[in-house]
Amino acid sequence: MGLLALFRRNPPTANVAKERLRIIVAQERSARGGPDYLPLLRRELLEVIKKYVNVDPEAVVVNLEREDGHEVLELSVALPGAKAT
Amino acid sequence: MTEVIVVTSGKGGVGKTTTSASLSCGLARRGKKVAVIDFDIGLRNLDLIMGCERRVVYDFVNVIQGDCTLKQALIKDKRIETLYVLAASQTRDKDALSSEGVRRVLDELTADGFDYVICDSPAGIEKGAHLAMYFADRAVVVVNPEVSSVRDSDRILGLLASKTQRAEQGNGGVKEHLLLTRYSPKRVATGEMMSVNDVKEILGLDVIGVVPESSDVLSASNAGVPVILNDTSDASRAYDDAVARLLGESLPLRFIDEPKKGFFARMFGG
Repeated sequence: MGLLALFRRNPPTANVAKERLRIIVAQERSARGGPDYLPLLRRELLEVIKKYVNVDPEAVVVNLEREDGHEVLELSVALPGAKAT
Repeated sequence: MTEVIVVTSGKGGVGKTTTSASLSCGLARRGKKVAVIDFDIGLRNLDLIMGCERRVVYDFVNVIQGDCTLKQALIKDKRIETLYVLAASQTRDKDALSSEGVRRVLDELTADGFDYVICDSPAGIEKGAHLAMYFADRAVVVVNPEVSSVRDSDRILGLLASKTQRAEQGNGGVKEHLLLTRYSPKRVATGEMMSVNDVKEILGLDVIGVVPESSDVLSASNAGVPVILNDTSDASRAYDDAVARLLGESLPLRFIDEPKKGFFARMFGG
């Protein structure tokens, strides 16, 4: 170990960790409690849409919301060039 | 009234067994009658940490399968009068534990007047972990201030909120507490490690204890003496604070700030 290593510190990365965790935990929590088929449904819908329009995988959002007594399956697809629901 | 507390984490190697051993010793030392159960079927380890590995004759699965009575399988601690250990089985058959069997053992411990049953969960989210948490009234979620541990414990929080008896019955669910281990105030100060508040904020739980990174933890497991019994150690004091908080006392957190160093320590110390 050289003399310089004495002065070298690990870079502060705790903020990066916190930010990454905040996003992934929020994402995983929102998927929690929903039916297990949602990720598959999302993937298959994406396949179908891709046959007709070239969309970004991130552009398809499938949400299941509970409103007193009934559930709403919300599907949102952002088409390239224009925004549509 | 018996309170069942699961010590869980999702991720392995974060200090569940160390925590189970120290919390149960701490509660027993305060006069509570405590049983600590190893749910890690196939990978028995609590007995080593508690220092009673050579006194295991019967185990948890033996009791469930009716090979012996619960009394025969409970190992009485040699240091603390009111503390008992129930060892995990070494069987490779992971289905040896059944929900009915676990319920029977917990009911019998309740009838025997135990104040606390500490369930030392295996890592993962398989059957052993599921059964360790299923009957719990409270959960101590052990977390290292590190990304994979925090994420895994959030998964565990999801299971505690849905796959437990209390969640199914809808009577308030399992009370959850956060316990941070291997905490390094020095690395938090330099921004290399997430702080107590960072982890608390991400998981949204109250903190029952922060155990500083300490060489005493390894020495304790080497010797088979739970670290809480080493009174000169910061880790011991941190665990004892956590025990007090479990019992309802409200204490400020210690060992979360870097100790102030004197001039000589700064010049010559590491």
